[in-house]
Amino acid sequence: MERRTLLGGTITAAVLGLTFGLTSAAFAQQPPIKIGMSMAQTGGLAGGGKASQLGIEVWRDDVNARGGLLGRKVELIVYDDKSSASETPAIYSKLLDVDKVDILFAPYATVPTAPLMPLVKQRGMLLMGNFSFQVNSKVGHDMWFNNAPWGPADSWASSFLDLGQKAGGKTIALLAADQEFAQNLAKTAREVATKLGMKIVFDQAYPPSTVEFSGILRALKAAKPDIVYVASYPPDSAGILRGVNEIGIGDNVKLFGGGMVGLQFGAVMENLGSLLNGVVNYNTWLPEPSMYHEGTKAFFETYTKRAVEAKVDPLGYYLAPYGYASGQMIEQAIKAVGSLDQKALAKYLRENTHKTIVGPITFAADGEWKESGVVQAQFRGIADKNMEQFRSSGKQVVLFPDKMKSGTLVTPFEAARK
Amino acid sequence: MFSFELLLDAVVIGVLLGCFYAAVSLGLSISFGLLDVPHVAHPAFLVLAAYAVFFLNEHYGIDPLVAGLLITPLFFLFGLLAYRLYYETFEKRGSDAGVRGIAFFFGIAFIIEVLIILQFGVDQRSVTATYVGKAWRIGDMRIPFRLIVAFMVAAALTILLTLYLSRTFMGRAIRAVAQDQEALRLMGADPIRIKQWAFGIATAVLGITGALLIIVAPVEPTLDRTYIGRTFCVVVMAGLGSMSGTLVAAIILGIAETIVLTLFGASWAPAISFAMLLGVLAVRPQGLFGRRS
Amino acid sequence: MKRNGVFFWVGAAVFLIAIALMTKLITNEYPFFAGYVILQFIVLAVAWSILGGHAGYVNFGTSAFFGMGVYTAVFLFKVAGAPLLVQIAAAAAVGALMGFALGLLTLRMQGIFFSIATIALTIVIETSITNWRYVGGAAGIQLQRPPVTWPFSGYVQMLFFVQAVLVVLAVVVSRYIQNSWIGRGLQALRDDELAAECTGVPTLRLKVLACVVSGALMCAAGAPAAMYLQYADPSSAFNLNYSVSTLAMSLIGGTAHWAGPIVGAILLGTTQQLLTVTISSEVNVLVLGVMLVLFVVAAPEGLIGLLRRVRDKRREGKQ
Repeated sequence: MERRTLLGGTITAAVLGLTFGLTSAAFAQQPPIKIGMSMAQTGGLAGGGKASQLGIEVWRDDVNARGGLLGRKVELIVYDDKSSASETPAIYSKLLDVDKVDILFAPYATVPTAPLMPLVKQRGMLLMGNFSFQVNSKVGHDMWFNNAPWGPADSWASSFLDLGQKAGGKTIALLAADQEFAQNLAKTAREVATKLGMKIVFDQAYPPSTVEFSGILRALKAAKPDIVYVASYPPDSAGILRGVNEIGIGDNVKLFGGGMVGLQFGAVMENLGSLLNGVVNYNTWLPEPSMYHEGTKAFFETYTKRAVEAKVDPLGYYLAPYGYASGQMIEQAIKAVGSLDQKALAKYLRENTHKTIVGPITFAADGEWKESGVVQAQFRGIADKNMEQFRSSGKQVVLFPDKMKSGTLVTPFEAARK
Repeated sequence: MFSFELLLDAVVIGVLLGCFYAAVSLGLSISFGLLDVPHVAHPAFLVLAAYAVFFLNEHYGIDPLVAGLLITPLFFLFGLLAYRLYYETFEKRGSDAGVRGIAFFFGIAFIIEVLIILQFGVDQRSVTATYVGKAWRIGDMRIPFRLIVAFMVAAALTILLTLYLSRTFMGRAIRAVAQDQEALRLMGADPIRIKQWAFGIATAVLGITGALLIIVAPVEPTLDRTYIGRTFCVVVMAGLGSMSGTLVAAIILGIAETIVLTLFGASWAPAISFAMLLGVLAVRPQGLFGRRS
Repeated sequence: MKRNGVFFWVGAAVFLIAIALMTKLITNEYPFFAGYVILQFIVLAVAWSILGGHAGYVNFGTSAFFGMGVYTAVFLFKVAGAPLLVQIAAAAAVGALMGFALGLLTLRMQGIFFSIATIALTIVIETSITNWRYVGGAAGIQLQRPPVTWPFSGYVQMLFFVQAVLVVLAVVVSRYIQNSWIGRGLQALRDDELAAECTGVPTLRLKVLACVVSGALMCAAGAPAAMYLQYADPSSAFNLNYSVSTLAMSLIGGTAHWAGPIVGAILLGTTQQLLTVTISSEVNVLVLGVMLVLFVVAAPEGLIGLLRRVRDKRREGKQ
């Protein structure tokens, strides 16, 4: 079985290679355009990292099938950063000084990206960010383009808390993992809550190694909040939702969720099944009609096929299309500029709106998306143990932003869970 | 924030969580506590068992606890083999097995981690069963069934192992081997075979507790790293090799952790349990229930 | 012995001159980035072996010392913009204090109990730092390096040189300990602590001394990492990886001789750096695992022990 697929693969590759060789003889003679990055293959960020990488790889294959860029083939150089901050400076120095890459992509997430920023700034390289959070605010690199739909720092929390306030919420409970990303979310949530005049009745950071959430959820329940804002990581997200299902969260709660990482990953969603119902959580892409753009459908067709082989997230909504979009933006910039000049590329990226499979993207001066593209959606009618259900629309009803709205919030939370 | 109700809740949940910690530490209490094998790969074996249970549950729809029992004999054999390897490379050669033993088992743990990643990918996994996701109501209190299952398994295992170690010939031999190998040899028993058998049992226990691991919370390939500290903490705090001591020590830890998590600053929880361990070690280096000095 | 000493000092001088020349001659920055990490591990492994090798106390808390070094630097930099050398010196002082506390622990605990206590200590310290908002807490903290000081052309080159100086310092200390009464005393207590005590070896004083020296060096090795990464977060700074790698390097090299950890750190450190930029996947971890198992099984005394055995055999053959 194994051998046969291997053989089949070789033959296909050979045939493909032959056709390519014949159609574009010039293709092979020019050195490829190298895009370098590190991506978590091991450690806590590996699940997201691998999906993101597959998205970028799909773009690479597409662009090469279209004849490459500037008549040159596009090649990816990817190293494993082990989800840690300590590996990336050496890796990116290798990419720059030894591999001599032409374009840099950032690794997935904030922690591995943070140590790179000064290096990249010092070298005057453009850096295409990958879902890090406010990593440029101190460094101020003017060639940083964070391809993540967060937008301005507080837009995330305000989208969720707005919903809560409209639903009549006056008190809020914050439950956040004691880790980098979640803590940043909690911080902005605190600021926004104060601005909106909400009272914070519960505010706890739980350690990332927490096994059992019953106790802390019981304390949260006792605080009787109207809104529960949770900023958590994949293993805890599952633990928290299970706990909520088992011990309840109280009839006061109108809105639950907000910043739970993991509820976008196929494996986690499949495992949780009906426990997801009623949760309002952030998303970066959903299979709702308003979120399809040119090429989105084709991308997911390819991705779905390749994800099985690569043993990565079968849905890949969270990161993969953004990986592809990063490629698209670079592709457009290089085509428009006609060279690999970093300054010119950065200027183009800063000044234009880019058409991508996740929609049009415009960057603000600090390198973040000008407008937030984060979607708050409520899970509805989810059944247990069914991956395929998440591919159809209506399972996650978009509540925010208004222009993409596909339904209204069902409250209170306990009622929405049924 | 503080209320008597919450405290009571925290204590109940803490006891149950402690039972879970006890269950995952019992095997180590034999392998490390009685046999002096610095088994740092114990949590890696545990995670491996959890993935085996996941596999059986996912593909054949077998109940996780039943799956845990099914893999138990396999893990027993696996344990026999692992001990043989360890014995041939370390104990047979004598001195200074300690440090190198630790490094050896770290190596094994890494290899297991990677094999799991290659087979199952890096996504977290969990199982479905009727008792996952429901709770038992007593008045205002709700207790997750998962934890009740953990409690029952831990209690059963502790009783069985205690009885086995005190009532059966082999069990007594295992305890004897921990105390005086030479004496045993003089009596005509082969200490190596006894230790191998004991290590097999310690590993077999992981079959069923691996099922618990994935019932209580989802697993991922590198989960073992968080459990190294936790399991060794329980075993050392208990005093090496005491089964009931393991249960009590784990319950103390569970309660302390849950109370901090529920009533005080949640983020301090890990510091509390390990500070307790340090305190115990400083005052009673032989552990709470240790007999050997 | 005398001639050996001369060789050693000349070697150390040549090493430092070569490093200094490298920072002048090589324009490609990658060797400095990668080399820095390897040098850092040499210091850690050599420092670890002072306690772990000579005295036989297995410290699992390398990451605690390393992380404290990082955060001492972060704190001083944030509070007063302290220069690099002050950061390192302060980290060494903090490490010495921590080592002193650890040394007192050895009063009550031996063997594996000591090792477990160091794990516990690591977690307690990491949790405390995670809860300390001033140095960034769990969210981490970004730092901006000050301009580089003369005569270096870049900050990484300077860090590389500083770490090299720390290597020489660690090796000098370790070699001195091995060859002095301290080393012999430690060896005696490693073989049989009770017997050593009875024959008048001041075991507690020796153990505390070893802990203090080892701790100070490990913390000092961690301090420049703050400026190297220009970022610090608790989960990276207190990564279990530092403890395991350091242990592995010392064992692979062999702890019987001061040169063992150096050999181990160079071998494993270089392999890890190479793997990161070649295979670069989970197979990385697999290689570390297999290397650990293989070396521990096939070369129980480490590479140094293996060399010695080969040399002894040859000598026997000649006679």
